[in-house]
Amino acid sequence: MSHTPHTLRRPDFDVIAGWMKAGESVLDLGCGEGELLQLLAMRGLRGWGIERDPGLVLAAVENGINVIQSDLEAGLAGFEDDAFDHVVLSRTLQTVRHTQQILAEMLRVGREAVVSFPNFAYWKNRMAVMDGRMPVSEDLPYQWYDTPNVRFFTMLDFESLCDGMGIAIRDRQVLDERGALVTEESNFLGSLAVYRIGRGG
Amino acid sequence: MTEPRSVGPVASRRHAFDAPLALAAGTALPHWELVYETYGTLNAERSNAILICHALSGHHHVAGHYADDPKNLGWWDNMIGPGKPIDTDRFFVVGVNNLGGCHGSTGPATINPATGQPWGADFPVVTVQDWVKAQARLADVLGIDAWAAVVGGSLGGMQALQWTIDLPDRVRHALVIAAAPRLTAENIAFNDVARQAIITDPEFHGGHFYRHGTRPTRGLRLARMLGHITYLSDDQMAEKFGRKRRPGAGSYGFGVEFEIESYLRYQGDKFAGWFDANTYLLMTKALDYFDPAEPYDGDLAAALAGARAKFLVVSFTTDWRFSPARSREIVNALVKDRKDVSYVEITSPHGHDAFLMDDHYYHAVVAAYMNNVKT
Repeated sequence: MSHTPHTLRRPDFDVIAGWMKAGESVLDLGCGEGELLQLLAMRGLRGWGIERDPGLVLAAVENGINVIQSDLEAGLAGFEDDAFDHVVLSRTLQTVRHTQQILAEMLRVGREAVVSFPNFAYWKNRMAVMDGRMPVSEDLPYQWYDTPNVRFFTMLDFESLCDGMGIAIRDRQVLDERGALVTEESNFLGSLAVYRIGRGG
Repeated sequence: MTEPRSVGPVASRRHAFDAPLALAAGTALPHWELVYETYGTLNAERSNAILICHALSGHHHVAGHYADDPKNLGWWDNMIGPGKPIDTDRFFVVGVNNLGGCHGSTGPATINPATGQPWGADFPVVTVQDWVKAQARLADVLGIDAWAAVVGGSLGGMQALQWTIDLPDRVRHALVIAAAPRLTAENIAFNDVARQAIITDPEFHGGHFYRHGTRPTRGLRLARMLGHITYLSDDQMAEKFGRKRRPGAGSYGFGVEFEIESYLRYQGDKFAGWFDANTYLLMTKALDYFDPAEPYDGDLAAALAGARAKFLVVSFTTDWRFSPARSREIVNALVKDRKDVSYVEITSPHGHDAFLMDDHYYHAVVAAYMNNVKT
């Protein structure tokens, strides 16, 4: 069992947890071994995770969290409208093919949602492309030939999609590669973006 | 953790209950007996007890073997024992033969005190709820206020689910494996064909075959052959048998030609040689009637709203008798109720029977879950 503080491993977790209150319910899509849900459970939330990978599901069961083995996109279909206070998709949106459907489903089963993703417009990523190579970084730790990412987008791209879909952006926190908060020039200096979104209108 | 091994020689026990058991059918069993086995040691707090519920043809002999019959291994010996997923070094495990069974508990072959003859067809139809009630009475006898976990596959999983609804304070965890919240029309249809095979066997004698010194083995054999098809998967049958022929096949007759025919007939004969036809009828009926959501207008979440247990729900990819989608119905209802639940869908070629098979990942999941069950 690792005892690395969560803040060192996943700086976005503290941002996410900061948007939630004890007693609320949360669904974590692609929950992995359940680190975020363990953190949220310690803060008094009730959580469930969806995970497809058998090894991660087993680890999540070992960690004593509620894990539901399912495909992300199919996994949401069985849940009722407003089933959860929060639905989290952490560092996964870029791996999902049906981007609009998953966002719509998250905001159907959840009162609100949290989405975090690597910002492809981060200055080091721009530099990599300027140098003629695809970016590899702390938040984009894959080679082009083994990446699970299928959608490549920036904070501006995401915000314009939300606007087009009538999704309200309620909060936004941006982190650099070391996990420190970025307060200006976010789409340039931010490596990882974390959004709290809700139904607009 | 110790190297997994068998619990070794075991002995079955019997308890006679003199307080009547009121049944869902509206009647009562005035005097009834349950046979059971236990493995491991009940701790001083009586907080480490696990109940294993059996499926259609199962019984109380869940693990280990009998000293005088070393080959007669318990039906879930791969799951239960020292160092196994349900670890008898930690847990006190109870296996019980359900009422209506044919392995020693009061059932159709038992003498009906009112007539001095075997109950036969007069044995009341028993339900999953009745079994839970009877099992709770056994728990009382054993001094178990609450089970650390109730565990079952298939019809056994349905009992685990029913426990959490009927006696929510007496079960802390439920492991519901290869089960469904209710049977589909197709499931009931298969059961009824099986029952018709038995009931229309001339040797059935309206269920009173015991007094005629005979048994409806032809009907029971057909019922088992049909049932067995539904326990396997198409893939597994294709791989194991395909269109392989027996020696001498191709005679343009109706003898045993394909290997699958030979296999099914063998399974049917073996089963018909020892199982009680009335028990088969009762078990299939208990399956058909199982529908905890029925009193709630079909709302399973409403039925489970009062449950206090934590759940592990497990399904198998090639199980078409109770498919993964059926398990997801249970999971979705539990999530709606904000219950603690984990769900694992095991990739297996073995169809419904996979819940009984050795599978490293499946057993690792059960072991991981049980490891978090406090004693």
